Amino acid sequence: MPISREEVLHVARLARLALSEDEVERLTSDLGKILDAVGIVSELELEDVAPTAHPLDLVNVWDEDVPRESLLLADVFANAPAAEANQFRVPAWEQ
Amino acid sequence: MGAVVDTLRLTAEDAKGLLERGEVSGAELREAYRGAIAERDGELHCFLRTVDDAGGGGVPIALKDVISTKGVETTAGSKILSGYVPVFDSTVAARVKAAGLPLLGKTNTDEFAMGSSTENSAFGPTRNPWDPERVPGGSGGGSSAAVTAGMTPWALGSDTGGSIKQPSALCGNVGLRPTYGTVSRYGIVAFASSLDQVGPIAKTVRDAALLYSIIAGRDPCDSTTAELPEAVRLPEGDSLEGVRIGVPKELNEAEGIEPGVAEAVGRALALAEELGADVAECSLPRSVRYGMPCYYLIAPAEASSNLARYDGVRYGPRTDGASYQEMVDRTRDDGFGDEPKRRIMLGTYALSAGYYDAFYGQAQRVRTLIIREHREAFERFDVLACPTSPTVAFRIGERAADPLAMYASDLLTIPSCLAGLPGLSIPCGLSEGLPVGLQLIGPQFGENMLFRAGHVLETALAFDTVPVRWRS
Repeated sequence: MPISREEVLHVARLARLALSEDEVERLTSDLGKILDAVGIVSELELEDVAPTAHPLDLVNVWDEDVPRESLLLADVFANAPAAEANQFRVPAWEQ
Repeated sequence: MGAVVDTLRLTAEDAKGLLERGEVSGAELREAYRGAIAERDGELHCFLRTVDDAGGGGVPIALKDVISTKGVETTAGSKILSGYVPVFDSTVAARVKAAGLPLLGKTNTDEFAMGSSTENSAFGPTRNPWDPERVPGGSGGGSSAAVTAGMTPWALGSDTGGSIKQPSALCGNVGLRPTYGTVSRYGIVAFASSLDQVGPIAKTVRDAALLYSIIAGRDPCDSTTAELPEAVRLPEGDSLEGVRIGVPKELNEAEGIEPGVAEAVGRALALAEELGADVAECSLPRSVRYGMPCYYLIAPAEASSNLARYDGVRYGPRTDGASYQEMVDRTRDDGFGDEPKRRIMLGTYALSAGYYDAFYGQAQRVRTLIIREHREAFERFDVLACPTSPTVAFRIGERAADPLAMYASDLLTIPSCLAGLPGLSIPCGLSEGLPVGLQLIGPQFGENMLFRAGHVLETALAFDTVPVRWRS
């Protein structure tokens, strides 16, 4: 079940990756092979089987509503590539 | 004072004894491990960075670089986190600190823990202490090789589909992937949240149990954690009387298991029987055929979501762009290596409109089948046994160009990970001069049984954890 070049470009857009031409080519081939291998899950008839999102049966995990110390603003911005006036600075959104 | 410490042989328990009896000081012990790092890490590259001012007078420890450490750079082996210095400790880092264990350093890993050889690290591969031309396994190859090379008495790793157990098998030491939910993931760089678990790597099962007792338990900062139903018991004894060991034929006869690996595991199981265990064949019919496909849909899907946070806004390096969108897309293309990109793409595809039900939804249903199969097996058995890795350590570069060949490295560790079950790898012999791991799988919260069975077997097997080339 190979994946087309157009589909790879579409998925790259969804995944926010500016792939190079070289990468698009390689990923089209790699993903095709991987999808062939993982596609065998479709052999099984599983309409009656419930999906598992999480392996531990935990329901309604509650915590006391007690204020705790939170990060200092200086810490929050300590690793930011660009920050100004307690805000993360980014280039303008392209309309 | 100043007892000679052979870090290649000293267990964490022995080190603790030396400290308690005042035969060495904490500073002397740390110095001994720093000396081992200085001597051997140039060749092996286990550490991404070492820490000088560690604090704590206890038995030193090394942490995989996916574990956030306040004030100590944490990169997850990725360029996209280079220079990132956490402003808080992960819960496990805080717990080992509170227990007085000084940090020796942060260990190498495949980028975002994605890999089975540590070759995917953006900072260069780690080498296997038994043969530096071979991989130490992965993703936690740095932690595992460091334990075997006597650079740390024990270490923490993280395991999503085998990243603790498989490197332990390939490096000849003990690794535990705990029951999902017993160890906090707070502050762990996330890969696949329904699978990721932190666990110990050590020279002995007792050391692994001791370290597990330090890190396990519910954490208010991670709502997916649970209280342990019973306290951790340090294993003792020399009998397996009354222990029922199931040998799933699919996990012991899978294609690709090397004859030398099967022989070593077979000898260990014969020994288990001599020690009093009831050993019988069983079956997990769909776990092997569908385990890997199920895992390589679920884990990349979760990864594609978890790795969306790396956008050049809040942390990590940024590649400039004329617009916000261009900046984000370029930052991510520059920052991620090939394997994370492959998995982000695969996961995004599996979650995208039109494919979600056929891929991700179907994989979640397969996961339910795999859980059921394991549950049924544990109605008859206390422990399941099989090889940890189908092969001994492979050569650096051998599988790097073929993603599917690399993925097959985790064929035998993946099914129980999907089921959320604990797994312990102990060394059980050599094949072609390289260590073979025996994987013991337990039921949910079955760590104490694994420790007991592992300890009795380990004692009887008397495997020498020091690589042949360093024995004197």
